[in-house]
Formats: sequence, C-alpha cells, structure tokens
Amino acid sequence: MKRSLVIVLGLVLLVIASGCAKKRAAAPAPAPAPPPTAAAPPVRSAPPAPPTRVEESLPVPPQPLSEDNVANRSLEDLNRDSPLKPAFFLLDSADLDDTGRAIVTTNADILKKYSSWQITIEGHCDERGTAEYNLALGERRAVAVRAYLVGLGISPDRLRTVSYGKEFPFDPGHTEDSWSKNRRAHFVITSK
Amino acid sequence: MTHTHISWRLGVIGAVAVVAALAARQQPSTPASQAPASQTPSQPQQPSEVELVISGDPGSPPRYAVPDFITASPDAAESAKTVSEVLWADLAFEREFYLIPRDTYSTVPAARSPEQIPFQAWRELGADAVVFGSVQKSGTNVTAQVRLFNVRTRQSVFSKEYTGTNPRLIAHTAADEIHQQQRALKGVARTKLAFSSDRNRESLAGPVKNRDVKEIYISDYDGANQRRITTTRDLNITPVWSPDARAIAYTSYRKIVPDIFVSLVYQGILQNPTKGQGSNFLPVFSPDGKQMAFMSNRDGNPEIYVMNVDGSNVRRITNNPAGDATPTWSPSGTQLAFTSDRSGTPQIYIVSTDGSNLRRLTTSESYADRPTWSPAPRNEIAFAARSGPGFDIKVYDLAGGQTRQLTFGEGTNESPAYSPNGRHIAFTTTRYGRVQVATMTWDGRDVKQVTRDGNNWTPSWSN
Repeated sequence: MKRSLVIVLGLVLLVIASGCAKKRAAAPAPAPAPPPTAAAPPVRSAPPAPPTRVEESLPVPPQPLSEDNVANRSLEDLNRDSPLKPAFFLLDSADLDDTGRAIVTTNADILKKYSSWQITIEGHCDERGTAEYNLALGERRAVAVRAYLVGLGISPDRLRTVSYGKEFPFDPGHTEDSWSKNRRAHFVITSK
Repeated sequence: MTHTHISWRLGVIGAVAVVAALAARQQPSTPASQAPASQTPSQPQQPSEVELVISGDPGSPPRYAVPDFITASPDAAESAKTVSEVLWADLAFEREFYLIPRDTYSTVPAARSPEQIPFQAWRELGADAVVFGSVQKSGTNVTAQVRLFNVRTRQSVFSKEYTGTNPRLIAHTAADEIHQQQRALKGVARTKLAFSSDRNRESLAGPVKNRDVKEIYISDYDGANQRRITTTRDLNITPVWSPDARAIAYTSYRKIVPDIFVSLVYQGILQNPTKGQGSNFLPVFSPDGKQMAFMSNRDGNPEIYVMNVDGSNVRRITNNPAGDATPTWSPSGTQLAFTSDRSGTPQIYIVSTDGSNLRRLTTSESYADRPTWSPAPRNEIAFAARSGPGFDIKVYDLAGGQTRQLTFGEGTNESPAYSPNGRHIAFTTTRYGRVQVATMTWDGRDVKQVTRDGNNWTPSWSN
C-alpha cells in the first residue's frame, strides 16, 4: 500500500518533472505574451501544484535524485551537512574503535564513489588535555584515520591531515556529552 | 652592564655630595674644615666608605617607600603619578623589598626638594629607604630624576636621570637598575610577555560553524601596553620570544596546514623557516638564538626536530610511533625536554640534542605536558600536570629529583613559562572565569592577572 503510493507519487513526480522540463524548454516562445507578474499567480493557485514544492515536500526522495544532490551540491553545502561522518575517539586516545572504523569504512565507500574528491582530515580534541599536547593528539587522530582510509584503498594523495588540538571545539560545553563530540576526526571536502 | 655601571657611579657621586651636604647641615657647630677633614686621609674617596646597600631590620627585607614624584610643570602630573606607581609595583614584584603601601603616606609631608625629605617621618612609618623623584615634560619627552635615600643614614645611594616618551619604561628602567645596584639582581621590569588571544571576537567561516580567530599579542610583563602582532584573521598560537627579545616564533594556520612563522616584531619582517614541509608546530628558540626545536608530522607522526633559525639543517631528534611534542631547551642548549605518550600517557622526557641519553622524567603523574626548562642557575623544569578535572603547575627539581606543586585546583592551570631571571612563572588559568594569562613567583605566591580581555593562552616571557 505504502510502497504503491510512493511509486505513484514517483510517477506523478516524473510526469510533472518532464512536463516542467518541456514547459521550460518551450518557455522562450510564450514568454513575451504575459506580463512579468503573470508568472506569480500560477504558483499561488491551488490546482497545478508547483513542481519544485512537490519535490521538497516528499518525505523520502527517490534515491537517484539524492545522489544527484550530492554530486551537484556546492562544497560549502556538502561540508555543512556532509555525507562523510566524523569518527569519534575515547579520552586521550588516537585509536579507532569498532564504531570509528565502521564510520571510516563508510566514508571510504563514498570517497571511492566520488573519486575526484580531495579531503582534509581534521584532528580535534576535548578541553581536558593541554593546549600543546592536544596538537600532537589531534595529529595522531587524523593520521590514524588517514592510514585506515589508505588501507581501504583511498589514494594518500587525496588525503591531507590538519591537527587543531583543542582550538576549535564543536561543542563549547564542559560535560562529557560536549567532550565526546569534540574528540573527533572531522572530514572536510576541499575540492571535488 | 654599562647602564648599571653608570648608575652606580652616579649613585656614588650623589652619595658623596649628600654626605657633604648633610655633614654641613646637621652639624652647623662643627667647623667647616672638619667636613673635608674626614676625607683628608690621603687616599681618595672609595665607594666602600658609603654603604650603598640599604638593609632592613635583621631578618626582614628593607622597607621601601615610593611617594609621588614632584612635578616641574603642571602637564607632568600624570606622568609623575605613572612613574611613581609603576616604580612602586616594579620594586614590589621581585619581593626583595617590602613596599610600604602608597595610601599610608598621607602622614608624611611632601618634599619639594631632596633637602626637604622628612626622614624622621619616614622612619616613623618604618621606611628603610625612600625614593625621591621629579618629573618634567617638554613636548612628548618626559625627564625623570630618580634618587634613592637610605632613611637611617640620610645618604643618597642612587641618583639617575632618565629621558624618554614612555613614563612606564622610565619607571621599569629605574626599577631594574635599583634591583641591580641594591640586590645584584636582574629584574624583569622591562621584559615582555607574548600570548595568543581571541579578544577581537572575529571568526572565520568554518566547514561546520564559525571558528574563533586567534592572534598573537605582546604586553609588558605587568600586562600594560597590550599590542597585537598578527593580523591574519586565522589561528595563530603558541608564540615564543627569541633570546634577543626581538622576534616571536609561532604556529600559524594561515596556509590551512599549520606551519612555523617568525615575526621580527620591531622590523615588521615575517619569516617562514619551515616552508610548509608537513605540519609544523610549537617552535622554541635555542638559548643562543641560532636554532629552533619544533614538532612536525613531516615523517608521518608527531616527532621533535631541530633546525637552524633560517630553516636549514633540519635534524630529527625523536623516533617513536607515539606522539612527541612540546620541546624546550636546557639552558646550555645541549638537551631538550619534551612530552611523549610512548608509555601510554603524556609524560616528560629529556634527550640530548644528538638524540642520545633519552630518559623519562615524570613517573608519578597521570598526564604531564608543556615542560619549560628554567634559566640557570635554577635547575628545574616546570610543567602542567593533570590534577582532578583540570591541570596544575608543578616543578621538577632536576638536582634533587623532587616535584613541588605551585597551583592547587583554582581553575585549571597550564602552559608555564619562566621569567628570564627564573624567579617568576607566567601561565594560563581559568580561575578568573575565562582563560587568562597570570604570573606568580617561582614558589607559587603572588598570583597576578595579566590579561582580562577575551581568552588568552600559552604565554612566553621575553629576556
């Protein structure tokens, strides 16, 4: 039932999308006729739902579209909500645990798919270490992740490490909840 | 050295003059011929005949008074106040003298000339020494006459004139010269601190959220004259002074990958000795100023390296899969102390600069970092040790193998840096709320807040 609804919605979407594409392609011809304000009313009128709105309101966008989104998004957008998830570490540790390795493995798959991406692996620490030694610890965290990615077949030429120590906390709080978010290897896509 | 020599000679001349004047004034009944008579024994006046060093009561430090300097012109009032207040604070800082609080001087009549100094009133206030000074202004130039009198003998033991545009520097110079003459002590009144700060509240657009910009600042040792050195609107951290106090080396992220830069602060010259060979952090000058030790990942892991200050002759000192960080030089320049977690936790190690004679220093700390080797003749290493939820400053005595603790859980306390005379330590503390630079004595007393604006980190103390 639900699945058929999704399929129907998908079909509707495709029809609308193709219609839209046609309309846009045909646009140059009728464009001179209506005054500039005429473009607005159709958006507000209820019956012909604007295609862009339908796309956005879909709770689960079809997979192919989402992939296109990743490929088409700007670097800034990509990094704000990155498909590459951060790997987290235990206090004073630069060792990837099972969870961390799983995250890095997933990131490696994404990097294999988008083989032109260059990334910087940022090493971050929580405030419970010293400012100075955390520069080394952040470096070791970034290096550990880089080595794991290289082991999974990612070219080292695509991977740069930068340690930020405890200089740039992601969460400014002073609780374990905050600290656990700040002990991380963070992935930044620098070119695609 | 020459300054000291000049002031010492001037002091003697002043002393001789005053002795003569006092002799003439105090003993009016004595025949005038008797004053020179005391000097007649054929040998010329020797310095030993005037006791230059002012002592206190047995077992206590000499008690000093520094009343307001007199003004030769009304526009000198502010400078006169500054010179006297700063001189008071500078003379108090080394704890060699007890400085009588300035708000207790109201019972003592002000003197307009050295002849009017009310020695009896100063003696009643308990003073062993009193400074008499005058200030006059001519344009932007300030000229200050500084004289130091022994209250008991009424002798002038120090007299010198200073001219400059900065009244604080005049006071600092006088304080250093008085410490040198009276205690044979190298004062720190003209030294400076360098540190990093986010006080500008600028931020750079980061990949996740905006990140605070940190820039390098310098200030006088007492926190006055805070000035910004870097303007890259980026992350500039871990500054250190060169031994000649004319350059600051630091870690900068201006090229995204951290690298070492050197600012010749009075010439406006910027150098980049490591030139982007990997990530380079935590530079520190050798005592002779010719080399720099630093941490680099250029061989794939944080290790300690040494290079010439121009970036040539890079040598790797450590070789261990653990992280090696935070180097500091021994006063002779033949050894380095550094931090390594090769044992599982960050601990402090010592190694010769040829890589030999590696040994572990800290054995009873759960986490120790930022070793800072004291200047000679003190033979110790200050460091930050994890203590409860934060850090405290401790000192390892290399001769005795003992560790003593200087801070005790008032906030977290990190990044100790010795003053050039080894008598003080600058450090960062959260005891005032945010992260601030403070100074304390080598034994943990007299904690003084140096910075107040924004957060401030990793101080370095100039020579």
